[in-house]
Amino acid sequence: MTTISADQAAGTPTAVTSTLDLAGVSRWYGNVVAVNDVSMSLGPGVTGLLGPNGAGKTTLLHMMAGFLAPSRGAVSLDGRPTWRNPDVYRRLGLVSEREAVHTFLTAYEFVLASAKLHRLPDPAGAARRAIALVEMEAAQDRRIGTYSKGMRQRARVAAALVHEPQVLLLDEPFNGMDPRQRLHMMELLHRLGDAGRTILFSSHILEEVEQVSGTVQVMVAGRLAASGDFRTIRRLMTNRPHVFTVHSTDDRALAVALIAEASVTGVELDRAGLTVRAGDYGAFTRVLPKIALREGVRVRQLVPQDESLESVFSYLVEA
Amino acid sequence: MSTVSWITVRGLFGRRRFLLLLPLPVVLVLLAVLSRSLGVDPGEWGPPVLVGLGLAVVLPVVALIVGTGVLGAEIDDGTIVHILTKPLPRWQIVLPKLAVAAGVTAVTVAVPLFVAGMLADSVRLGLSLAAASAVGALAYSALFLALSLLTRRPVLLGLVYVLIWEGLLGTVVSGTKVLSIQQYVIALADRLAPTGLLQGGVSVPVAAVMSALISVGFTVLAIDRLRSFSMAGETS
Repeated sequence: MTTISADQAAGTPTAVTSTLDLAGVSRWYGNVVAVNDVSMSLGPGVTGLLGPNGAGKTTLLHMMAGFLAPSRGAVSLDGRPTWRNPDVYRRLGLVSEREAVHTFLTAYEFVLASAKLHRLPDPAGAARRAIALVEMEAAQDRRIGTYSKGMRQRARVAAALVHEPQVLLLDEPFNGMDPRQRLHMMELLHRLGDAGRTILFSSHILEEVEQVSGTVQVMVAGRLAASGDFRTIRRLMTNRPHVFTVHSTDDRALAVALIAEASVTGVELDRAGLTVRAGDYGAFTRVLPKIALREGVRVRQLVPQDESLESVFSYLVEA
Repeated sequence: MSTVSWITVRGLFGRRRFLLLLPLPVVLVLLAVLSRSLGVDPGEWGPPVLVGLGLAVVLPVVALIVGTGVLGAEIDDGTIVHILTKPLPRWQIVLPKLAVAAGVTAVTVAVPLFVAGMLADSVRLGLSLAAASAVGALAYSALFLALSLLTRRPVLLGLVYVLIWEGLLGTVVSGTKVLSIQQYVIALADRLAPTGLLQGGVSVPVAAVMSALISVGFTVLAIDRLRSFSMAGETS
């Protein structure tokens, strides 16, 4: 640890990298299991923690950051537990989801206070560097209370980065940001990841993760549903069967014609109408009008059923 | 001043509830001045104003507002995370906050009590009330600071202690006085300036030992609880 502090002082913290390890981590509240047997190892680079709301992302992040004891399993940073161990904060920074800032301070005061609490050798210099990193120099002497949401978020990121931690955890960092602020934050995370830091951010929005990270950990209902390269997972997601509800003048005739189609993997006929499972979204939507025309059936309604992210995620769990 | 104290002080005086501290001490002084200028016998107005208002209401209520404000308010709005994500041993967070809470409470309460005590009897009584209430400020602050880590409703629990335990039970069930900070303050002030205006319910050694035990015990408890501080789980 002393070597890390010395490196920090020299301004070359990225020479040392850190690994955050989760081994069989579970957390439950009474009968409710929030996180269920999650194991992962996070190394340098940007990792996205993706999952629908309520999947247990925040609970997992809190355990990583030492703000929650795992009910079972262990969370460790470079082999040392994060729970009840304030020393980990020499190497770890956290930007929590709750927009909690001392609104009565200016951004500079806020970041400087962080630097002092870290006992950095040159708190003023470190605060200026961190503020420059998030490009907040122009507004640094204004009270945080006067900031927009994106600016507050950047001020909080600056405070979390002031000691140049090897690991930075961010809970829903893009929430409430406008597209420009979002882009800026994404660039910042990229730069930090490229510099050898271990960055983990959570999000429930697929596109955010896509733009920032190559590696993702997907959580669904407390479990780690998928983990690895984003493109592979994305392919899994797009190649999943798509479900459509079709209403037409003759559902039965349409069903017979559709089941002969290569792009259709299943057809179900009931009183509510026709439910079609298609393996290929594009091919099915192109072929449906042609079939309807050929059979002399009029399609009144075509509703894709499972376009919500939750269904994408739940498909991943089953896969 | 340490950074933790600095943030605590800025947070305390930056919040509107700080204004709640002002009326009670002002009322205490006004009542004392009024009674004195109307020539009322100090034996008549001394006990109700000094003890009934000063030690039974002003001291614990100010301590409650400040004591739950230094840590509880930061826990409520989530800003505590900024201090907790630092490699500081947790006693380095609790002790500065306790010092700020006890200091602000002592100053806010000791000054009006000194004035009221002086008007009721003598400078000596004023000084003894000020000194004893400073001891009380420390004990109350330790208790209320620990409460903000033990429960999500520290203000409510603190009020129950002050109003029900000390206020109601203290007058009916004499045994509860052994666990009443208010009684320690009365006993200590009476020992420093015996006047007959203050009627202590516990002996001076009990008062001294219990004040120390409460102050140290709840501080140690607060440090330990802060070490295991957990953030609430996902609510959305």
